Amino acid sequence: MTIATSRRGFLGATSGLMIALALPLKGRAQDAPPQGAEQAVPPALAPAPVPPNAFVHIAPDDTVTVIVKHIEFGQGPLTGLATLVAEELDADWAQVRGALAHADDTLYANLAFGMQGTGGSTALGNSFLQMRGAGAAMRQMLVETAAEAWGVPAAEITVAKGRITHPSGKESGFGAFAEAAAQRPVPDNPTLKTSDQWVLIGTDLPKLDTASKTDGTAMFTLDQFPEGAQVVVIERPTSFGATVASYDDAEAAKVAGVRAIRPLPQGVAVYADNTFAALKARKALKVEWDLSAAETRTSQQIMAEASAAAREAGRTVEETGDLSGFDAPGATVIEAEYQFPYLAHAPMETLDGVVTLAEGSAEASYGCQFPGIDRAALAKTLGLPMESVRVNVLLAGGSFGRRAQGTAHFATELAEVAKAGGPGSYKLMWTREDDIRGGYYRPLSVHRMRGAIDAEGRITAWENVIANQSIMAGTAMEAMMKDGLDSSSYEGSIGLPYDFGGFRAAWRQLKTGVPVLWWRSVGSTHTALATEMFVDELLEAAGKDPVQGRLDLLKPDAARERAVIEAVRDLAGWTGKVQGDKGYGMAFAKSFGTYVAQIVELENRDGRPQVTRAWCAVDCGIPVNPNIIRAQMEGGIGFGLGAILHSQITLGENGAVQESNYDDYPSLRIHEMPQVEVTIIKSDADPTGVGEPGVPPIGPAVANAWRALTGQKTRALPMLQNPGVV
Amino acid sequence: MTTLTINGAERTLDVDPDTPLLWVLRDELRLTGTKFGCGVAQCGACTVMLNGMPRRACVTPIRTLAGADVTTIEGMSGREYDAVQAAWRALDVPQCGWCQSGQVMSATMLLQQLPAPTDQQIDEAMAGNICRCATYHRIRTAIHDAARTLEG
Repeated sequence: MTIATSRRGFLGATSGLMIALALPLKGRAQDAPPQGAEQAVPPALAPAPVPPNAFVHIAPDDTVTVIVKHIEFGQGPLTGLATLVAEELDADWAQVRGALAHADDTLYANLAFGMQGTGGSTALGNSFLQMRGAGAAMRQMLVETAAEAWGVPAAEITVAKGRITHPSGKESGFGAFAEAAAQRPVPDNPTLKTSDQWVLIGTDLPKLDTASKTDGTAMFTLDQFPEGAQVVVIERPTSFGATVASYDDAEAAKVAGVRAIRPLPQGVAVYADNTFAALKARKALKVEWDLSAAETRTSQQIMAEASAAAREAGRTVEETGDLSGFDAPGATVIEAEYQFPYLAHAPMETLDGVVTLAEGSAEASYGCQFPGIDRAALAKTLGLPMESVRVNVLLAGGSFGRRAQGTAHFATELAEVAKAGGPGSYKLMWTREDDIRGGYYRPLSVHRMRGAIDAEGRITAWENVIANQSIMAGTAMEAMMKDGLDSSSYEGSIGLPYDFGGFRAAWRQLKTGVPVLWWRSVGSTHTALATEMFVDELLEAAGKDPVQGRLDLLKPDAARERAVIEAVRDLAGWTGKVQGDKGYGMAFAKSFGTYVAQIVELENRDGRPQVTRAWCAVDCGIPVNPNIIRAQMEGGIGFGLGAILHSQITLGENGAVQESNYDDYPSLRIHEMPQVEVTIIKSDADPTGVGEPGVPPIGPAVANAWRALTGQKTRALPMLQNPGVV
Repeated sequence: MTTLTINGAERTLDVDPDTPLLWVLRDELRLTGTKFGCGVAQCGACTVMLNGMPRRACVTPIRTLAGADVTTIEGMSGREYDAVQAAWRALDVPQCGWCQSGQVMSATMLLQQLPAPTDQQIDEAMAGNICRCATYHRIRTAIHDAARTLEG
């Protein structure tokens, strides 16, 4: 996801701030020089002046709790942001804890968005200076307090590993001075360490959430049991946009433990004393659906429409040089059409939420990526002022984009549940079937590619027309679209590091009634595949090696791209040849400012690709926690691999989703996971994210290796459900 | 009414006899370490130990469990469990964490049966546990590491 404009207008000015804490403005992630429009994030709001105690609490027992403004669902911000604070505070890692911030767009804005939000792999980058500034300010306040108490000059005091010391022998932990320090004025411009002074940044600090996630004590949304809470499940339409025509709840109402059955805009809701009663009663409901406003086309029909649209000129989103190479005498023109299905995110924890409605106020607790947007939706639906609605952000069992809802559809549903139920507490749960069939998919997409190779084997022209549905249009995010263009639909297909001579990329917007959403790495889930599969095919047609051929294509200023491609080549010991029964393929993709190149090794096992090894080189600027970076590359590889091998959502008769659970929407399993080796490029550039960028290259690397081994070209995904692969 | 042993304590439960063990553990006993992931024995997030063997709690009705001995992650102990816990932490295996109780349960029971499993034996024993974050690479390494500590 890329955010194209300031969100100040949408949310209203962020005023009424507390103590001013000026932070250096330079070097935020979003200030990186744009390389292609998809990376051209204009400077966001100046960081809202936020007091350090919004981010750091120090307890009398010396425990330092860092309040983390981004949701943690495995990608590591809890540890990452705590590291930044602890570094400047000179805390000992053993005394550091992390806690997730509640919804507050003023205090906890993502500086790349201008509102609170987790997405676009921005957590670490947008926080890099802000969190260090908070730590440094807090450290200075502690030092000044100690200096006053001890009657010594502040300059003589040193802080290390959580201890404040003076050469006279005076020594203290943080806790003893915390309360007094909090009363002091917040320093305007705390001095940040230089990189050679870092002791925590750049090290494999153990993650703060590992222990509780290993012994089962970590608390997620579904683990909340407010006093007297009713469990709610909703019988949902079988087609997107269908509404309840009529329902018969006679049998359902007889189920022991059922408290109420109520129609909602989203379907028919069952309120019960426990989960099983709710599920049992839902099964006994008989609902007739009105399909008059529903999307009833099949996905095959929508794909055919997308395919036809991609043969039109489309709207140009980037054009450089001229496309005369297609018509030059002696040119070889190669065409390919790549088809990408709808994909569900299918995080292990389905959507769920807990809400308590009282007279004149409400409190919701769950895992959400845009807490401010959700809070506004809750307030609006419940008819309450924003100040009377609190949203607590909880750990979530995965998301992959599913909880980043510009439509706030889940928050709205949670509010409808409470509104219809009246004062009380409710736990709303989606089942896996609700999740797989519930829409908000990665958009179905078609790429129509053309490439020209001249008689000397040079690529001289490249054209890519992309047809898909906009994620932002029709949502609160629409304000971020510029001139009707949703860059998340084609990011990753433009601003390429390769010099193709003439270049044109175009977008043709589709409209369907299927709700769509960002899916881990967003546009690059399909653009990286189309681009890197097609580059590989063109290089093969030109008689060039996939790795050297890419290096030769790089523009002169593509130094970071060159470095990761060379690094992965060396890590894998690339030869460019099939070896015995093993094929090799490579791909490169830059997404969210992070550069990743991958090589895979695979075998043909009874007509199916079995990926045995994967090598990965990543440049994400300063590596704050290499262990988390490696974990995200490993996980990104597995997540992307599962999708390109197995995943597709298909709509059948009347637009009904055919898949329902992990049996017919398979996930990668352990026996399909390759060995992974990751190398991290040394860098002093501002850090960028790693949650998503590991995903884009794996698909094309696998498809390219499969083509190298078997000669079969991948034209439609998933690989295991299409011709060419058994 | 069903009487069974859960984490060493005898429990008599007055619930709909069709209720899956998963919802009894979570809703009635507040043993929330056992997770809901699919409801159809596809993902393994609800893996518990039933009479010493792995079992998916989401498809196990409470009426079938009279006299049974159930252990959830909250009640686990022993050298294999301790070795798995230590290895998981040393490698920072979890990402989102939702599936990890089930992974830890399956890994522990694997090591109880096979103290030094091969990669293939690990894959076979763990193939029923989905991790959408794909922490599989570290799960495999952690099980090998745990096996090594059990040797020594």
